[in-house]
Amino acid sequence: MSATETRTDTAALRLDDLHVAYDVRGVPRPVLRGVTFEIKPGEAYGLVGESGCGKSTTAYAAVRYLPENGHVTSGSITIAGEDMLALSSSELRDLRASRISMVYQDPGQSLNPTIKVGKQVAEAFTVLGFSADEAKVKSVEALNRVRIADADRVLDRYPYQLSGGMQQRVVIAMALACDPQLLILDEPTTGLDATVEAEVLDLVSMLRQETGAAVLLIAHNLGVVRRICDRVGVMYAGKIVEEGPASEVFDNPQHPYTVGLLRCLPRRGANKAERRLDTIPGSLPLIGTELPACVFQDRCALATDECRTNVPPATHPVEGRTVYCHHTSQVGTLVEAPLQAPIAGAGVGDVVLHLENVSKTFKQGNHEVRALVDVDLDLRAGETLGLVGESGSGKTTLAKAILGIHAADPGSVIELDGEQLAGLTTGRKADARRAIQIIFQNPDSALNRSKTVRAILERSLYKLAGIRGKDADDRMSALTEEVRLSPRHLDMRPRALSGGLKQRVAIAGAFAGGPRIVVCDEPTSALDVSVQAAILNLLGDLQRDEQASYIVISHDLGVVRYLSDRIAVLYLGRLMELGPAEVVFNGPHHPYTEALLSAVPSVDGDPPDRIRLTGELPSAIDLPTGCVFHTRCPRAIKGTCEASEPPLVEVEPGHAMRCHIPIDELRTLQHAD
Amino acid sequence: MGVIEDEIPAVPPLPGEKLASSSEKKKARNEKIRLFFKSPSAIIGMVIIGIWLICAIGGTAISPYDPLAPDGMSHSAPLVDGHILGTDQLGRDVLSRIMVGARDVLIAAPLAAVLGVAFGSLLGLLMGFYRGVLDDVLGRIIEAFLVLPLTLVGLLALSAAPSWSIIPGVEPSTGTVIIVVGLLFTPIVARTVRAAVLSERENDYVQAAKLRGETGLYIMTREILPNVTSPIIVEFTVRIGYAIFAIATLSFLGVGIQEPTPDWGLMIAQEYRLVIGGYWWTTVFPAIAIASLVIAVNLIADRLQEVMEL
Repeated sequence: MSATETRTDTAALRLDDLHVAYDVRGVPRPVLRGVTFEIKPGEAYGLVGESGCGKSTTAYAAVRYLPENGHVTSGSITIAGEDMLALSSSELRDLRASRISMVYQDPGQSLNPTIKVGKQVAEAFTVLGFSADEAKVKSVEALNRVRIADADRVLDRYPYQLSGGMQQRVVIAMALACDPQLLILDEPTTGLDATVEAEVLDLVSMLRQETGAAVLLIAHNLGVVRRICDRVGVMYAGKIVEEGPASEVFDNPQHPYTVGLLRCLPRRGANKAERRLDTIPGSLPLIGTELPACVFQDRCALATDECRTNVPPATHPVEGRTVYCHHTSQVGTLVEAPLQAPIAGAGVGDVVLHLENVSKTFKQGNHEVRALVDVDLDLRAGETLGLVGESGSGKTTLAKAILGIHAADPGSVIELDGEQLAGLTTGRKADARRAIQIIFQNPDSALNRSKTVRAILERSLYKLAGIRGKDADDRMSALTEEVRLSPRHLDMRPRALSGGLKQRVAIAGAFAGGPRIVVCDEPTSALDVSVQAAILNLLGDLQRDEQASYIVISHDLGVVRYLSDRIAVLYLGRLMELGPAEVVFNGPHHPYTEALLSAVPSVDGDPPDRIRLTGELPSAIDLPTGCVFHTRCPRAIKGTCEASEPPLVEVEPGHAMRCHIPIDELRTLQHAD
Repeated sequence: MGVIEDEIPAVPPLPGEKLASSSEKKKARNEKIRLFFKSPSAIIGMVIIGIWLICAIGGTAISPYDPLAPDGMSHSAPLVDGHILGTDQLGRDVLSRIMVGARDVLIAAPLAAVLGVAFGSLLGLLMGFYRGVLDDVLGRIIEAFLVLPLTLVGLLALSAAPSWSIIPGVEPSTGTVIIVVGLLFTPIVARTVRAAVLSERENDYVQAAKLRGETGLYIMTREILPNVTSPIIVEFTVRIGYAIFAIATLSFLGVGIQEPTPDWGLMIAQEYRLVIGGYWWTTVFPAIAIASLVIAVNLIADRLQEVMEL
């Protein structure tokens, strides 16, 4: 059969000068402007770039899944030797059913919530022509293949009864049903916890070796791409600007855009005290705008007239690398943000916020769920405290208790400047309310879309600073300048602003009344990396100018590390470790912190021996005995850890930990590893 | 430091375009209006309503005969004899009565809808925003109301209603009908608005407003309400259609608008027994009038909903 022949000598996917346009009100708007790349059989290829660069369009175009208004205007698509553009719709369906599979971002949406998992998995086999009985047997095999041990139990459940990681495994199992030659993963781990993400990524790597399927991975997280992919293509404005082996591209980028993208990331222990992050000036071009010959020209520091008129040719500075740039030889001259003098006085102010025995219990039916258990913390003026942990660890519960969105249990002490705060914000004095504000994750949700920026900020100034009229106008000018908004943005509604600008408005609102404490709840996770860098710089500047204390919640440990002076690690509502950021990140650290850090895929490549957490987060209703982490702890001591819960003790000055293993032993263990 | 070092707005100003919020909002609104008028069904609906509006405003000034004055020469006369649509059993001109009868319906139905939507929105806002006990109690009451047939509740309410005018300047019977129909619509509207408020209050801006120390009243009316206007406007047009129908039904049952006011439902009630005797025009034409108005309003409501949901 020809399929077996093509498998050995033809690429799993080849795109050649692919142009795709979307019709917007009858006018075709180009989205892909000549995408060319090839994925060899069994190879994993990653597409990276900021949102709107055409990653997903490329993937959908490749399997001809474009929305109705999208069409291929020129170029070719070949999958396993078949010309995709020449196939009839029935041939296309056969090909999709037998050789291509896709896995999407949200597993909860890929599964039908009203049908049991077993039936859905079996269906993947019945469409391939298996009988119902065969399909059942195959389903169990499929789940075993994605390392689900008790397949029978999982098959008998509804999707909502499974965790996010488990759901994504089931989706992957279904995608592998046809033994695809090409597996397309579109942001497969976005929205999953770092530890779960690590598991899913490990699974994909293992399965790729077992099945020999080629993988096209779309991700905005460069670390994820580095961990999984052999080669990577960096996209910008519908074009691939640089391509090559993942490790080489990330370690030694040759295109100015790739350089910029990597420098935006807070990496290698970067902290706000040492340097500002680089940003890429300007923003992605809008769909449908006329672009110069080199699509990146407008934002490129190296651009010359040549870039405007001549399309940069493919150059190969190193064997196996392709760069589309006129000035590759000069990327080394791109200046990086300079180091800055450490901020004097950071974290040495007086205690602003004092937490003692803060607990929060939720009632769930007849059960009591202790979401937060006896948390003791101090926050000093001008200091940033990072909260770290998986979802369900109590980070957000703690932040909400501090803000007064929900009341902590009776007996909890939350003191602002030595004065106990009422549980709910409504019971607090105006001054106390003004003192603690929040920056939400998603500015779309945090800004009222029916109001102008001016109306939003005027109200914040009135309620938080108590000023209106002329005074408010003056303060508004100062405030907008502080967050680098231009006065002309004031009369716009949030919808007309980009994500980064919206977040600036939200930040301005939080800072309107000169807050003492600002909770930053995933402040940049809805933003692209270049915008993230600008927002992180802004947060650093504001803190220096306003002497505000931050409580930063983020799943992105690079972001936490960049902003934080101290880190608190939470697990199942308990403080597991608390210490200076440097110490918590560099170790010796709590085994849970160690595992968490090790799970996060890094753009700089992973250490050879990663700690892998097994098992899921225990239910808060049915807590493990002894140390709550012992069920997943790779370093648990048999007989001790399941018997008694260790107290939180100061193991070194300023560094507290809740672990039975002595600090010195941890030090040797973790360094020996 | 220069303002905006690293970002430009998502929507750069086009040459000649003024960068004001009003222009941006106006543009979106103009686009919606343009889409609305692109639909032939909406145009047909508006033309029909336009005709009825002319009849209502013109009233006796443009009707061929006095709607109340019997023509002694022709009782229950067929379509000729100078009466295009015939006369009723008292010899009154059917066309004139239908034309003048449009006035009451076109006053009563929108007023009833306004009343229902106003009360319903208020309840919906309260229930959706405060939830908890208030929502539970009001919710159960509303469910109980929804179970009862509209006409039955209407009949009971109207027979207990006072005979003096509740709304100044409106016929006593018409005023009572407006209030009864409006109150009957309240629970239905409340449910729709509550659902919209429930999803809207999940937005972080509501939380931010609370942390700013805003009162519940402020958050409901100034933060949430402007964002749930679309479902409220749609609900309003839909309710007008139902109100026309409900008013006609109540008049037909004899508890609504009273003689001698010309009213479509009332006309049918008084004449429908004669259909068997071959006197169909006195019943069919008012019925067509009711149907045309309801359909016209619904054509507009449907299109409005489509445009609003864009």
